[in-house]
Amino acid sequence: MAKEEAGNGLVFHPMDQFQIKTLFGDGPVHWYSFTNVTLWMGLTLLAIFALLVLGTSRRAMIPNRIQSVGELAYGFIYRMIEDVAGKDGVRYFPHIMTLFMFIVFSNFLGLLPMAFTTTSHIAVTGVLAMGVFLSVTILGFAKHGLGFLSVFWISSAPLPLRPILALIEVISYFVRPLSHSIRLAGNMMAGHAVIKVFAAFAAVLAISPFAIVAITAIYALEVLVAFIQAYVFAILTCVYLKDALHPHH
Amino acid sequence: MEGDIVQMGAYIGAGLACTGMGGAAVGVGHVVGNFLSGALRNPSAATGQTATMFIGIAFAEALGIFSFLVALLLMFAV
Repeated sequence: MAKEEAGNGLVFHPMDQFQIKTLFGDGPVHWYSFTNVTLWMGLTLLAIFALLVLGTSRRAMIPNRIQSVGELAYGFIYRMIEDVAGKDGVRYFPHIMTLFMFIVFSNFLGLLPMAFTTTSHIAVTGVLAMGVFLSVTILGFAKHGLGFLSVFWISSAPLPLRPILALIEVISYFVRPLSHSIRLAGNMMAGHAVIKVFAAFAAVLAISPFAIVAITAIYALEVLVAFIQAYVFAILTCVYLKDALHPHH
Repeated sequence: MEGDIVQMGAYIGAGLACTGMGGAAVGVGHVVGNFLSGALRNPSAATGQTATMFIGIAFAEALGIFSFLVALLLMFAV
């Protein structure tokens, strides 16, 4: 990534912000070492705890601002699950609420200057997406037994077409965790890299006003994207959950 | 310099793979544009369908993600 020829003083390092470093000492990263990923995941958990536990601890009848934000998030996810996955999907509300809150808070905290975005790593989002994939598959087989396989057999299609559609459905089923995780990580990584590139352009005097306006605009866009990607992750989890609960097309 | 033709090919291929993301952009724009034209005809039905719109966006985007994945693999894995 490094551009060695820094002749005109313009050096781009847009991907340096995604490096994982140990915070104490500078040895290699072990599984137990305290890295910047650990720090920002911990801060994410603290922020969620502050919003949902401390913010609603008074349980006022007329909610104050923090409590109403917490209630808004709760109701938003609850209604989304009801709409997409149906009434019996509401049993799995805690899982989806946890995923949504974790992703939305790590996206928002990553937008702070000098922060580290944990969700920009495919390793992090891959674990979340694999968790969804495995739990949904196990749930489907536990609920319907081998009848869950009818999710691949589209009975509303004409009979000669069904084996071909079944093949496509099998492929698209197993590609789900891949697209599910890379969508989130790619959006986060690309947005932050674009902000860094424009920040490097701000050092050039001729285009620095344009670059600073562009950073502001892209930052506003990134705030939107941070929320929408968390929403899309949660809503796709609901779609997969609906497939597991009602596999018959 | 010589002997790096494989790496050159990988970088060119990564750049070409990124054109696939333009297709995802067209697809997402198509989904949202059609949603908006339908929503302006019947605004009362629009609020119930925003979730469907986002699901459609996600599915249209998924295929662009695969081209991004190919670009990443060419850059870092090949």
